[in-house]
Amino acid sequence: MGKLKILTNGLVKENPVLRLVLGTCPTLALTTAVSNAFGMGFAATFVLICSNIAISALRKVIPEQVRLPAYITVIATFVTIVQNLVKAFLPDLDAALGVYLPLIVVNCIILGRAEMFASKNGVVDSALDGLGMGLGFTLTLLLMSTIREVLGAGTWYGIKIIPESIDRFTFMTSPAGGFFTFGLLMALVIFVETKLGDRRKRSIGCEGCPSRGACGAKGGNE
Amino acid sequence: MAGLAAIFFTMILVNNYVLVQFLGICPFLGVSKKLDSAFGMSCAVIFVMALATAVTWPIQTYLLTPVNADGTPKWDLGYLQTIVFILVIAVLVQLVEVIMKKFMPPLHKALGVYLPLITTNCAVLGVTVLNIDNGYNFAESMVCAVGAGVGFMLAMVMFSGVRKRLEDAQPPKCFEGLPITLVAASVAALSFGGFGGIVENIFGTM
Repeated sequence: MGKLKILTNGLVKENPVLRLVLGTCPTLALTTAVSNAFGMGFAATFVLICSNIAISALRKVIPEQVRLPAYITVIATFVTIVQNLVKAFLPDLDAALGVYLPLIVVNCIILGRAEMFASKNGVVDSALDGLGMGLGFTLTLLLMSTIREVLGAGTWYGIKIIPESIDRFTFMTSPAGGFFTFGLLMALVIFVETKLGDRRKRSIGCEGCPSRGACGAKGGNE
Repeated sequence: MAGLAAIFFTMILVNNYVLVQFLGICPFLGVSKKLDSAFGMSCAVIFVMALATAVTWPIQTYLLTPVNADGTPKWDLGYLQTIVFILVIAVLVQLVEVIMKKFMPPLHKALGVYLPLITTNCAVLGVTVLNIDNGYNFAESMVCAVGAGVGFMLAMVMFSGVRKRLEDAQPPKCFEGLPITLVAASVAALSFGGFGGIVENIFGTM
């Protein structure tokens, strides 16, 4: 695979949110405002690139049986770094992201890329993959938060778009609006995929879960 | 007592982890297809949430950020919170699984399969971190953890009923599968929006 292809893979072909259905929790929770989506996207991208590089460099050292705890420790280290940086330099963002910042540790995109890509590929490829996946995640968050913030609050990144005289559709910034927007967006993507004849089978829960290999649960689907 | 009850019902109805705070969406969408698996998974989640809180709260209070009698910190290792909590939870879950398998095979058969799945469940890590962030004492943390678990169960069990009906529904082609499930979850979340303010009015606190 060419370097450019690895980078662009995460943007469309294997978009982590809309095609692989990973990282749904932050996607739903932090897309009420574009600024939150930006912050979350960049924080996750940073962790993704760093953890991909570290895990790829250590892939021959980490024994097969304990790879998941080892990956989680590596990821948790980088999340702690991001947490402290954000706390020190961007306190507003820290308050807005709240508990979702430490929860990047259990974001399935990061563990998923460690398991699916970084553990099998070289350092440079893994860094590019992390960058591509991170950008795909960030762009999807931006798209969703744009829809929700413009319709729900009438602003984009805090800038007023819709005049006061028009009522706000506050449903969009409520939790229910998050599920709704995500559902519609995914339906739209599936519609386009069907038109292009490239429909991807989406699996929620166990089939798509990155830690499936080490996990005995089958999600009760049997 | 009223304070504890208020925390408990707030966690179930107003701050429902799945439908309002979006923690633990993967199992909510993945394991809610059948009622019995939804129920089994939720029981395991309640159990692990309570256990994780019972272990991480003392760790945070006495090991990471202990304070002297006059309120000044003895030392501050608070920055280790994320890494310590996730590892403690992971080890704890593995340990419980081993013990259950050895001494309580029937229980292991019922709940054991869901345990590894819970290790990387953001709701469990979320409840332990939020308890510390909110400055709860030990009793409040435990009530909050169990309340969060019961709220998770309520959402799972309720939604498994909705999923049953969805299977017979015939949405437009591009909505089949995941999208229509998400839209149904949106309606479920909307119904929980109606609980806003109910706990404040009943208990008169918070």
